[in-house]
Amino acid sequence: MSSGSGSLPRYIAQRLLLMIPMIWLIVTMVFILLRVAPGDPVTAAVGGKLNEEALDARRAALGLDRPLIVQYLDYLGDIATLDFGKTISDNRPITSIIVDNGGATLSLTIGAFAFALLMGIPLGLLAGRYRDSAGDVVIRIFGVVSYAAPIFFIGLLMQIWVAGPLGLPTSDIASPITKFQVEPVTHILLLDAIIAGDTESTVDVLKHHVLPCFTLGLLLSGVFIRLVRVNLLMTLKGDYVEAARARGIPERYVIRRHAFRNALVPVITVLGLQVALTLSGALLTESTFNWPGLGTQLIDYLTARDYAAVQGLVTFFAVVVVVVSLLVDVINAAIDPRVRY
Amino acid sequence: MTELYDAPVAARDDNAPVIDAQDIRIWYGSERGPVKAVDGVSFSLRKGEILGLVGESGCGKSTIGRGLLGLLPPGAEMDGALRFKGEDLLALPKKEMFAKRGAELGMIFQEPLTRLNPLMRISEHFEETLRTHEKSIGKEEIQRRALEVLRLMGIPPTRYRSYPHEFSGGMRQRLMIALALVLRPAFVVADEPTTALDVLVEAQIIRILHSLRSEFETSLLLITHNLGIIAEACDRVAVMYAGEIVEIGDAREVFSDPQHPYTRELLRSTISLSTTGLNFIPGAPPDLVNPPTGCHFHPRCPDAMNICATRHPVQHAMPNGTRVQCWAADLAHGRAPDLTEDDTAPLVREEISVADEA
Repeated sequence: MSSGSGSLPRYIAQRLLLMIPMIWLIVTMVFILLRVAPGDPVTAAVGGKLNEEALDARRAALGLDRPLIVQYLDYLGDIATLDFGKTISDNRPITSIIVDNGGATLSLTIGAFAFALLMGIPLGLLAGRYRDSAGDVVIRIFGVVSYAAPIFFIGLLMQIWVAGPLGLPTSDIASPITKFQVEPVTHILLLDAIIAGDTESTVDVLKHHVLPCFTLGLLLSGVFIRLVRVNLLMTLKGDYVEAARARGIPERYVIRRHAFRNALVPVITVLGLQVALTLSGALLTESTFNWPGLGTQLIDYLTARDYAAVQGLVTFFAVVVVVVSLLVDVINAAIDPRVRY
Repeated sequence: MTELYDAPVAARDDNAPVIDAQDIRIWYGSERGPVKAVDGVSFSLRKGEILGLVGESGCGKSTIGRGLLGLLPPGAEMDGALRFKGEDLLALPKKEMFAKRGAELGMIFQEPLTRLNPLMRISEHFEETLRTHEKSIGKEEIQRRALEVLRLMGIPPTRYRSYPHEFSGGMRQRLMIALALVLRPAFVVADEPTTALDVLVEAQIIRILHSLRSEFETSLLLITHNLGIIAEACDRVAVMYAGEIVEIGDAREVFSDPQHPYTRELLRSTISLSTTGLNFIPGAPPDLVNPPTGCHFHPRCPDAMNICATRHPVQHAMPNGTRVQCWAADLAHGRAPDLTEDDTAPLVREEISVADEA
């Protein structure tokens, strides 16, 4: 047993230090994987359009003619200064792609998580509380189906059957007028619209968020329904729940204070684990709904075979996943005192 | 059968019993039919008295403990007469039973490590318990009363706001006892409270339980399979076999002069420093869905007679004041005058082979 003082700041410091080797490992993996792929990035991106000398010049400009180890160290240095490089096809800094399009992906994923938790936690608790009832069976089936259904299929259903009756837009993050009117401050369109104090634009952006966020949230809600239900069933059988009953605590308090709360602790951990799933889901959701986020950018650059862009974006995604799991661990430690060892 | 169990054994004073259980039956539903976990058990406890309940695993000890507090799992049925201070607990509405639990009827469990909510501070456990039963109690009063019982259990007040995982197993059991006693219940069930603890901590917990009668005037039903604990802490002892009490009486009498062959074998199986060879009772506890005919113990009993296999014995008072449910004891003390010679002939049966035990 560690003699750790169990203090939260110390725990956070420990976790921050652990992040460095983790990110290094990911960055190295991305670097190696892209170098292992056949063909070089310049030929892949603009080969056939330029003659051999021009291609060589491009390679030299990108530093691809240098030894691998030099390229690797150079790349590490860039990452350390948060420089993810430039695209080959249109010579755009990756950082500016992240700034311009990251906001859309961020608001999409946050909205999806909100939908997932709003649907998943109450449904999971309900199913666990009234185990084996008709409601439980329906909720369980809903959970499996929503997790298994492909995003583009659900997205299509939403666009065909739901969008029309509810008067919701099926494409893009906002109407062209809104996009034109709202001044980019944070590059998160929803926030920018709110900052601008433009009610009409804010409503427009919100409306555009509903279907994509719901579609992606549906996928995640299946995970949470099953997780919360199983956790609740386990906690309800727990020794401390029986002990609480033996002290005469009324059943509704036993369930609320001893079972629900304890059943929800793992949700936070799983929330962190689901970030990776959400980002891959966001990719599909973005292309289904023509969403101007990082996902569509990544798909565009993949189609253009722009390795530099893909490398930069993938590295960024990986770093996001690592940072979010750190955050989740810290939140977990704040809630559950046993974690802080 | 009820009339046979009427008077509590060796009543030393006229105190009305705190808890009085008559002919308690608890059955669990199973696919093969009802499991008769408790089959006609009767006992009563006076104020401050400690009754030990011993028996093998699966004999129904823990089921009785839970049944007394109305904590049986769904699918269990309980019947008989259960009176707490004269009030019929089995007829009580669910809500009133909840109010009694914790405040008047307490429970101490076997596994202290998992009985406290890991997300709640010790103080929160006390606040929740006290507020449930005394709606208008103030925060200072809660703390005063909690610290008082914690002090009696040897837990320093500085630990009041700690989390459960910051305590050792022995300390957690003392916390559980403190939590069970903070409302000063008149009756407490302790279900194998020391099984998960080491020997030194065990002795400490037993001392604490033993002192409850002077500190709190609590009546205690101490469920255990450890005969040493019974000898040390209990006034009376009830020996259970296959859902029935086969012998009940003053602890000293039962230990020095056991009347039931099962009690005798159980005592012989106790391991001590003077033990030279291990004694055990051949065979396994019977199937509670289809218990053996006659006396449930006859297939394993060294003294079995012909009658034991056919007729169920009834409980009789013995000269030393204990009550025993056994044909052999009846015969030895003239409690069964109508038995024929054939009835009392030793039971002929196949040897219990090792294969049968497995």
